Amino acid sequence: MQLTESHRHYWRKNLNITAVLLAVWFVVTFVVTYFARDLNFTFFGWPFSFWVASQGSLVVYVLIIWYYAHYMNRLDQEHNVAEIEED
Amino acid sequence: MAGLAPESSGGIFNAGSNAAFKKQLNKVYAWYTGGFLIFVVVLAILEQMGLPRNWIGYIFLAATVFLYAGIGVMSRTNDAAEYYVAGRRVPAIYNGMATGADWMSAASFIGMAGTLYLTGYGGLAFIMGWTGGYCLVALFLAPYLRKFGQFTIPDFLGARYDGNLPRLLGILAAILCSFTYVVAQIYGVGLITTRLTGVAFELGIFLGLGGILVCSFLGGMRAVTWTQVAQYIILIIAYMIPVVWLSVKQTGVPVPQAIYGYQLQKVTEKEKALIDDPKEKEVIAIFQQRANELGEKLKDVKTALAADKAAASKKIEDLKAANAPAGEIAAAEKALAALPKDEAAAKDAWTKAKAANEARARPLGGMPRHATQFSGDPNGDQKAKDAYDTSRRNFMALVFCLMVGTAALPHILMRYYTTPSVKQARSSVTWSLFFIFLLYFTAPALAVLVKYEVFTVLVGTPFDKLPAWVSQWAAVDPSLLSVSDVNKDGLLQLGEMRIGGDIVVLATPEIGGLPYVISGMVAAGGLAAALSTADGLLLTIANALSHDLYYKMIDPNASTSRRVLISKILLLVVALAAAYVAAQKPADILFLVSAAFSFAAAAFFPALVLGIFWKRATKWGAVVGMIGGLGVTFYYMVTTQPWLRGVFGVTSPIELWWGIQPISAGVFGVPLGFALIIIVSLLTPAPRREIQELVEHVRYPSLNGDIDTRAT
Repeated sequence: MQLTESHRHYWRKNLNITAVLLAVWFVVTFVVTYFARDLNFTFFGWPFSFWVASQGSLVVYVLIIWYYAHYMNRLDQEHNVAEIEED
Repeated sequence: MAGLAPESSGGIFNAGSNAAFKKQLNKVYAWYTGGFLIFVVVLAILEQMGLPRNWIGYIFLAATVFLYAGIGVMSRTNDAAEYYVAGRRVPAIYNGMATGADWMSAASFIGMAGTLYLTGYGGLAFIMGWTGGYCLVALFLAPYLRKFGQFTIPDFLGARYDGNLPRLLGILAAILCSFTYVVAQIYGVGLITTRLTGVAFELGIFLGLGGILVCSFLGGMRAVTWTQVAQYIILIIAYMIPVVWLSVKQTGVPVPQAIYGYQLQKVTEKEKALIDDPKEKEVIAIFQQRANELGEKLKDVKTALAADKAAASKKIEDLKAANAPAGEIAAAEKALAALPKDEAAAKDAWTKAKAANEARARPLGGMPRHATQFSGDPNGDQKAKDAYDTSRRNFMALVFCLMVGTAALPHILMRYYTTPSVKQARSSVTWSLFFIFLLYFTAPALAVLVKYEVFTVLVGTPFDKLPAWVSQWAAVDPSLLSVSDVNKDGLLQLGEMRIGGDIVVLATPEIGGLPYVISGMVAAGGLAAALSTADGLLLTIANALSHDLYYKMIDPNASTSRRVLISKILLLVVALAAAYVAAQKPADILFLVSAAFSFAAAAFFPALVLGIFWKRATKWGAVVGMIGGLGVTFYYMVTTQPWLRGVFGVTSPIELWWGIQPISAGVFGVPLGFALIIIVSLLTPAPRREIQELVEHVRYPSLNGDIDTRAT
């Protein structure tokens, strides 16, 4: 099995998007938590960092996973590595 | 029931093409959900007509357990691919629901809102940790494991790291984390069955076990999957209805998740008032005084115990001499008999009582302010600064361990083998998190709404005017809720109330003034959560033993039906063993559950991720990394956690590293695991060509001239 340039390109793009999404995950999870005391302004009734920990981060997590699936499914098609699915 | 037998085509769980199959599933589960709602409505009507409460409990228990058993019977199978991975035909959305039920245990359903009630912001570590972990599952594991496409997680370790030693380590780690976790689930099943019907705890365990076994025993992953979907539907309905109702009652808005920020503001204001309230201070002073008295007694246990005994004996004599009523004398005799037997027992009992009184001698009954992030104060004196830093560090360490642990628990990862394709595996993670999100989004709202109710409705109410649910729950189990008029003013102060976390979910229907049938439904939801998780875990353990240990390592020539048979026998043995352990009511069960996350994180995560993303990772790197990561996690827990220290007889003084609590021991194990794998891999020769091709194979959903690693 010989990998083509297109395959390598596919994998590089996969690594890039993984790194970007992981960075978003890290910021929402750990950076906001680290500064939780300082991010205390009121946000629709909640202190902002309380809202992030209880709702905001969860929404971001779902979006991260949804976007990754969406992006990779398209990338599969572009690089001709998608499976043939029986429907 | 023609056409439901698994061997015939066209049964409920046996449609032809994937699209037709999904369509059929939609129909079945839509009818099912409608049927469940009608069932609840009919019971509600019967309740109004005078159906007794314990009957409602029996009917709920019997109906749901029979339902799960029925699904198990309908999808019974002896085929290996069906038994281990549900035939790899589970559509993404249904796999998401099944994963949701698999994931949300009794701890999530019943315990989480309670933890949030008691700890406020600190409890949000669980909310973030148990959801954010799915980002790691989606980005690092699920699509690649699906492409690899075998049956278990040790399968992957064995193939990628080229040998039986990594596989064996995988088996041991999978059993270690899954068994501790399944004991906790069966314990939860026993607890809920007891609450629902009033049978003895041990009997409750075995009743629940029957429900678990019929399902996974007959149909393996296939039966478990379709049961878990059914269980998810029940548990999410059961969780939502009471919260929405409570929200309407308090705010008039039926979307608690959107509105509870304003309730939180009111709670925060009330907290300030309660901290300054003179009556609350009175209660605190009384508890402090009791603690001080016990402290005095502890200084000279021998004399104090003798004095106590003399006083109790004298009281009996006085009563007898005064010809007091027999009841009073009996009570005094009981008090004498209840005194500690000897000095050691007295010391033990008084130390505990002193700690309990000290815990209650704090503002807000010992609860931190709900919206305050971390304890301590970054701008205060050195002690407050240290407390703040340690508390923040522990919060983040716990989030880290729960997230990485989520992405490494074998019973969750196994679920992504069951989808029809890599593409569906990716979107299946999205659905999983979405369905989990629905409940986790709601739990913090529930905690705040209940707190508002307690602070504004209960506190300050005269004792004889307390709502009925308070005395009812206090009668069921005083550890869940107990109230006593400590300062004898006839009014309830917050400090006079002791509340156990589990009550928050269980009592919400009554707090909201809903009929008893909703309470039954909530208990049935808790049961569904515990049963579904137990199913997935038992299957993981049985498969690790039968597929990985027996088939792959002991007898590779075993026939399919023999492997499935052995798996079923092992399932039975493991289930009975877990039930036996749960019936002993082991101490610190919550700690064990959390420990499973740290173990899974340290043992699996580095080896799995590097196995996919780094071709150079070698067998010996993985072996050393898994042993080292798990070893340091285990060592830290054994030397720092009080219960484990007792079990292993550790007597050296507790030394916390950077103040990290034992629950987050994985925070040391995971980086060490990564480091060891990388260092040892670089010191050993690169893996052979076939292994590197395997890595390339799992990275692409489909390749020309692709090798086939799927197990059949």
